[in-house]
This record gives sequence, C-alpha cells and structure tokens, in this order.
Amino acid sequence: MTGARTAPNGDGPLLDITGLAVDFDTEDGVVHAVKGVDLSLGAGEILALCGESGCGKSVTAMSIPGLLPRGARISGSVKLEGRELTTLPARALRDVRGKEISMVFQEPMTSLNPSFTVGYQLGEVLRRHEGMSRGQARARSVELLDLVGIPAPDRRIKEYPHQLSGGMRQRVMIAIAVACSPKVLIADEPTTALDVTIQAGVLDVFRDLRDRLGTAIILITHDLSVVADIADRAIVMYAGRAVEQAPVTELFARPRHPYTMGLMKALPAAVTAAGVGERPRLAEIPGMVPTPMTDPDECAFQPRCPRAEPDCTASRPILEKAVSESPADGHTVACFHPLEGEGR
Amino acid sequence: MAEQVVERPAAPVSPGERGRLWRRFRRRPMPMTGLVLVVAFLVLALAGPMLTRDPSAQDYNAIMMPSSGAHPLGTDDLGRDALARIASGARISLQAGLLSTLLALTVGIPIGLVAGFYRRWLDPVVMRLVDVVLAFPFLVFAVGLAAILGPSLRGVVLALSFIQLPQVIRITRGEVLAAREMDYVAAAIADGSTDGHILARYILPNCAGPLIVQATVAIPIAIIGEATLSFLGLGVQPPTPSWGVMLTTAQQYLDQAPWLAIWPGVMIALATLGFNLLGDGLRDVLDPRSGT
Amino acid sequence: MTPVLEIDGLVKHFGAGRGQAVHAVDGASLSIAPGEVLGLVGESGSGKSTVGRCILRLTDPTAGTIRLDDTDITHLSRRALRPLRRDVHIVFQDPYSSLNPRFSVGRIVGEPLRRHRVASGRELADRVAAMLERVGLAASLSRRYPHELSGGQRQRVGLARSLILEPKLVVADEPVSALDVSVQASVLNLMTDLQRDMGFSCLFITHDLSVVKYLADRIAVMYLGQIVETGPAAEIFASPQHPYTQALLSAAPVPDPVEQRERSRVVLGGDIPSPLDPPAGCRFHTRCPVAVERCRTEEPALVSRRDGGGPVACHLVTGADVPDLTAI
Repeated sequence: MTGARTAPNGDGPLLDITGLAVDFDTEDGVVHAVKGVDLSLGAGEILALCGESGCGKSVTAMSIPGLLPRGARISGSVKLEGRELTTLPARALRDVRGKEISMVFQEPMTSLNPSFTVGYQLGEVLRRHEGMSRGQARARSVELLDLVGIPAPDRRIKEYPHQLSGGMRQRVMIAIAVACSPKVLIADEPTTALDVTIQAGVLDVFRDLRDRLGTAIILITHDLSVVADIADRAIVMYAGRAVEQAPVTELFARPRHPYTMGLMKALPAAVTAAGVGERPRLAEIPGMVPTPMTDPDECAFQPRCPRAEPDCTASRPILEKAVSESPADGHTVACFHPLEGEGR
Repeated sequence: MAEQVVERPAAPVSPGERGRLWRRFRRRPMPMTGLVLVVAFLVLALAGPMLTRDPSAQDYNAIMMPSSGAHPLGTDDLGRDALARIASGARISLQAGLLSTLLALTVGIPIGLVAGFYRRWLDPVVMRLVDVVLAFPFLVFAVGLAAILGPSLRGVVLALSFIQLPQVIRITRGEVLAAREMDYVAAAIADGSTDGHILARYILPNCAGPLIVQATVAIPIAIIGEATLSFLGLGVQPPTPSWGVMLTTAQQYLDQAPWLAIWPGVMIALATLGFNLLGDGLRDVLDPRSGT
Repeated sequence: MTPVLEIDGLVKHFGAGRGQAVHAVDGASLSIAPGEVLGLVGESGSGKSTVGRCILRLTDPTAGTIRLDDTDITHLSRRALRPLRRDVHIVFQDPYSSLNPRFSVGRIVGEPLRRHRVASGRELADRVAAMLERVGLAASLSRRYPHELSGGQRQRVGLARSLILEPKLVVADEPVSALDVSVQASVLNLMTDLQRDMGFSCLFITHDLSVVKYLADRIAVMYLGQIVETGPAAEIFASPQHPYTQALLSAAPVPDPVEQRERSRVVLGGDIPSPLDPPAGCRFHTRCPVAVERCRTEEPALVSRRDGGGPVACHLVTGADVPDLTAI
C-alpha cells in the first residue's frame, strides 16, 4: 500500500501536521530543533521518520502528543481527525495521550516501574482509561500480552519487570501502549536497544498490530534496514526539515534527494552485495551537520552536497512533487537539483 | 530532551570547559550569594585583623558598651572591641575550617584511591572502619577526641579532620569505583601506564568535582564544630578570640549585652550559609548526577 | 606463519555473589594471522567484549591461554606485560568515555609514546601531528579537548592513540556502533585504509553483521560465551552452517524493501538464557529449531566439517545431515 490513507470518516488524513516548528531555549541560545515539518498519516499506515542524530525526528514525534520538555516553544498545527492538539488544554491533552495517541520509547528498562508486576501496570491503564473492573482488566491484560507475542501470558502478568528480558519488556511496553486501542502509536527507536534476533520479533508485533487492529504507526528510527523492513512510507529528515518523502519501495528504488542517496550509499550493505571482504570504499558525506542555532534561507544540505549549484544558497527548497507523472506516486523532495531517479 | 544538540560533558571540568561552567554558575542567584558571602568571610578573616584594633586591648572607659563610633559593634565585659574580636575570630574559624578539611582531604584521598582502585582485602577493612566512625554521633566523637588531644586550636583541627575523614574516604572510593570502569582508564592501561600514573592523571582529576563539593560542605560544619568545641571549653582557649569563645562569654550577659551574643551568632550563620550555598551551586554545575 | 594472537580454551567467570558466577566466556578458542581482520560477532551477553578485554588483560582470564606472537601472556604480571603493550591496543565503542576529558587531544594521542619512552619533546609533537593527519584530523586539533569534538572526530582520536606505536594487533570493540551512518562510513573507510597501509591484524568485535560483512576476512560467531562457528567471511555469509548463525543472518534486515520483504526468516523462540546458569549440552538447544535429544545432554565441540569448511560446534552439522533451516 502506498500514500496516505484517509481517516474512516473520509475527510482527510488521520493525523495532519503542518508547519511544525520547535525551538528550545538553552543556556547557549535558541536551538531550532524542528524548523517546519509537514506530515500526514493515514489510518493503518506505518510511516517511518528517519535521519541521523540531531535531525529533529524525535522532537517532531514528541511534539505530536505534547510531550516536549519545558522551555520548548512549538508552532504550527497538529490535527488528529481534524481536532487541533497544539492548543488543547493540558487536561484534554492527557486524555488524548494513552487513549488516542500512545508512545513506545527506546529504553524498555527504564520505562516500566520496577515495583509493580507487569499485570498491575497493564491493568492500571485499563482501569483508569477504560473503566474496567479488576477481573475484566486481568482478562484483557492476558489478551494483550498474547497479542504482542509473549508466551504463557497468564503466568507472565504476575512477574516483575526485572524478571523479563529486554525484548519481553519492550513487548510489555507495546502492550501497555496499545491497551486502549489508540489510533496512533508513536514508536521512538523501539528496537535500537535490542539484539537483531529480538528486533525481528518486535517488528513483527508492530506489523501485526497494524494488520489486526488497524493502528497507524509512526516509527522513528536511524536504521534504514528497519525502514525497509516495516514501513509503508518514509520521511527523511535533515537539520530540522523533511527533505524527502515517498512510499518505501519508491524511496529505496529511486532516491531523489542527494542526502537520501548519500545515506543509502554510506551503508556497508550498499557495497557488499558485489562480494564479501572486497572492501571497496564506502560513500562518505563530507562536512558536518549545520548548527541548529541558525536557520539561513538556503538549502541546509548545500554545503555538503555534490550537486549543489549557486541557486541552492539563494533560497530554501520546499518539499514538492518529484515528478509530475504518476508512477512516482506521492514522491516529494525538497531539492532544486534532485536526482533523476536513476536508482542506486 | 531527546535531541540534545549541545553536547554534555562526560565528566566535569576539563580546562577548556571552565568558561562554560562559570556561565552556568553565574546565572544562579543562590550560589552567587554564597560566593559573595564566602569572599566577604575570607576578606574579613585575612584583612580584618589588620584593619581593626588589637582584639585583646582593653578600653576601660567602654565596658559592655553597645555600638558607638569608637566601637562599631560595641565592647565586651573586659572592654575589648567586638569588631576586632569578630575579625580575629574569623581567622580562627577559617583556620579550623580550612586546615581540618585540607588535612582530611590529604589523608582521606590516598586511602580512598587505594581502597577503591585495588579493592581486594584493603577495601572491606577500610570501609568497615569508616562505618564504625560514622556510627558515632559526630559531636560526641569530636568532644571525646578534643578532650584527649587537649584544648587548643591544634586539637580542634585534628578532631574535626578526623570526623571528616570517613566522608572523604567514602566519596573518593565511590568516585574511583565509577572512574575505574571508564574506557579511558582501560585505554590508559593499554597505553602501558603504571598504576600510579593512572591514579594521579586519570582517576584523581576525574573525582575532583564531588570532592570540591564535599570540601565546601565540610568547611561550614568544621566552622560550627570549632565554635561548638570552643563554646564548650574544649577548643580555643580565652583570651584568643574565637566565635565560640565569644559566645561562651556572651551567655553570661545576655540581658545586659545581647550584641555580644548576636554578632558571633550572625557571623557563624552567615559563614555557614555562604559555604553551603556555594557548595550547592558547585554541586549543580560539577556533578551532573545530582541533576537540575 | 605464527598467528599474531592465539586464544585457547579461554574462560572468564565473574563472581556474582552467593557462590554464583556469570559465565561470560566459557571455552573460546580463536587465532588471528598477521594482517588478518577477524570479525567476532554476537549479540549482547555473548561474551564477545570480554574476549577483547581478556586479550588486553584489562580483565584476568579464569582459565585458558592467550598467546601474543608466541608469548604466553595469560599469567604475566602487569609489570612484565607493560613492554608487550606496544604491540596490541584497543579501540572502544563509546567515543565519549574512552578519552580522558582532562587531557588535550595531543596529550591523549602522545600518551603511548610517553609511556613507552619512545619519543619526547619535538619528536613526540611531530609524531602526534603526523598521526593526527593520518587519521584525517588537522594537527591544530591537538590543543583541543575531547568535549570540543564531534563523535566521529573523537573516534578518530581513539584510532590515532591506538595506532601511534604501530601495534601488530588492534582490538576494536564496536568502534562504529555509536556513530551515525554517514560518520560510520568515513571511519570504516579510514580503518580499512590504515589497516592496508600499516598491516596490523584486527579483532573487530561487533553485533552489526553488515559491518563485518564489509571488512572481515574471517568471522567467528559467539553465543553465550562460546564460539559456535568460524570461517572465511564469504563462506559464512554464503552458507552459514550453525543454526544460530543462520538465524542471526536471517534476522538482520537488509536496507532494500523489495529484497527484505521476500526473505524467509528463521524465527528463534525464547530469550538468550542467563549466563549465570547456561543450559547443559549445546547452549543453543533451548532456542534451536532443529535441536534433538543429544543436543540437550552432550556439549558439541568446535570441529571442522567433513566437507572441509570452517569449524562448527553443532552435532547436526558435524554429525549426520546438514540441516538447511531456510528450507523449513
């Protein structure tokens, strides 16, 4: 499936973000973490937000349910089924969190309370948000643990977090996140702390949730292999902005932005297909990420870009359709001189 | 915050970083108040006695007089200038506070370094001894020690440094345990460094932050300790003007000359407050684990 | 040719109190030839980093022998070991904690020269500057402190420090795992260049299969403190023999959606067992999809396959039939 599906009511996407910008006041000045991101998410869609550290992908995700730390200034619009979230009072926003939008974080070790059993923590969410009785919550907890692939769930709910492995804890976190059947699940590097054999199983859980419950998922990751494995659509971010957006197969087949291409070519896997141990040079991206303290009106990638031309410093490219004809359905790129889609 | 753009230091204070820490420190009102109080205390202790009259000189025309032009803080029962005695007392307090803390650091740091770095049999022995000393109430221990060592500034300094010792050892050892696990220590071993070199150049400098904080917290405790011991007659002996000694005298004349008690009391409070505020501020900037 | 490094039956147990011990490494054997890059692959808790730390004697092995260039260093005193440290160095994963925050870059890189009294004064400064340039850093950076550098720059400083004495062996413990993709690429290129120019052997410890596939000549796969399979990299990636190796390779996603979504996967049940109480028999039998009764009781040895391929520790591979899990 490609492109943003529309919400069940049919008027526009499930989640619609326009012009999102986030600034942080720090002791060294104002940090522009996100400088203007447009994003839409359809029901049942898995959207990957990817990019390197400091690109603003996590801040973008955290600002959706209003989970930014103090000192953050947010502007732009975040609409869930047409309802504006950025102006919602704190109490209403708390109701949205957990019930309609929930989150899974990278570190499953610290996200669970070590003093309570898994069953209690899961049941508490159900009793508070869904008004279930103790018995109902217990039965539903077992169902949820089963849903996220935890074997012998009726025994596991009596265990404490320290009795579980990292992969099991992450599954419990996912179970808690989907306990109230949220419409949107935001997962911030959910498998980064896990081993590959465990990661594969957790990614299966996300796929399964989407297929069985229709949950839309925003997956924040630095790992392009994870994107390739699970996402329907991906947005590549650089220096606080989206630079390219496309259905995943299209993005990997025909990356248009020089930065996306650079990332893909920098992967060791890009050169090992030819032969193991040959060690051809990996493609490097010269230079460094620009400082987030300033935001000049030019292409942020231009100083490192092999395709840069004089006009790249004259103004800032916006995310627009890469090609006019239909095969590249929904492929947008923010570049004055995009690649022609010759493939990798 | 997920996307930390400004890199946080892995360990505090490397030379190039001092400016940044100072900027963080300067912006907080309480630590700055502490710094001002401490600097004022140091100026009083170092320069005060030179600018005021002889603290032992008696003015028989002014016995227990309240503040006046000649005696800004009044005089005591023997006609001695209270301001001069406060200034000289500051010097005694400073000596007691600084010397005892320095002595505790000098003795405690090597013990903590060796116990924490080598562990083996030494570490449990040292730590049990530390626990024993810590199990005694601080004042009881100090009073007992001061009684044995004899009533003098030297006895006070020794007693106060001894009771600080367990904390210094504990903090040093804790920091060493954390620091020796750092990869840069492993890399130093791989470089071919000797243990002495690693302790002196890799471990100790990276324990400095918490020890500086400990020192700023210990100094006011030592100042109060000196005053307490002197007040009880176990410390500095009259006629040497210690704030504690002044309070002992003052308590006999509380109705007639309350200022004799108020000024030393206020000085003890301000000096202690100053060091404590400064210590809290240093802890905030030097010790990332305390978190702000 | 004599191997630069030879490890035989290495065991490292960490006391965990109450008479228990963490079996971090439990009988690992491997060797590295001059100029060879051996990729040591495993998941967390496999003991791969402990092997690296034992080679540097940063931790003392419980049993087994470690030979560097034919010298048995297993029980050498720290003093006797010191001169041998010229020949082996280590690069760590975390570029933030591996550099002393109180030393300048020049001081850090020059430390090995100082400790071994190889150079001093002007000569030392010149060699540091030359080494910095060699790892792609401006010599002017030597006056900076680690916190002023980016992650990639710090890792280059770590490399410069490890290589300034031109060691015969470099243990690289996840050296690029903390870096972003684009930075990782440049550090990998640098390591490849340096290895070709200087000819050192390298034990490259990592969990990232795509990285070992890129630069390792040979691969050793670890699971729960033991090496389950070794062999030339090309051979292991082309036809992994041990069921764990097969599962590991098939679980690692490839950055190509079309290919990735068509791959068949060997799904492992359960979790990695606790190294406090590793399973009897084959350590992998609790998760192995093809385990038989013999695997539960008898520990398989790492022996060469009948077809002459790299050694594998699996009854099924070295015994009767070679299972092809991807066909299941």
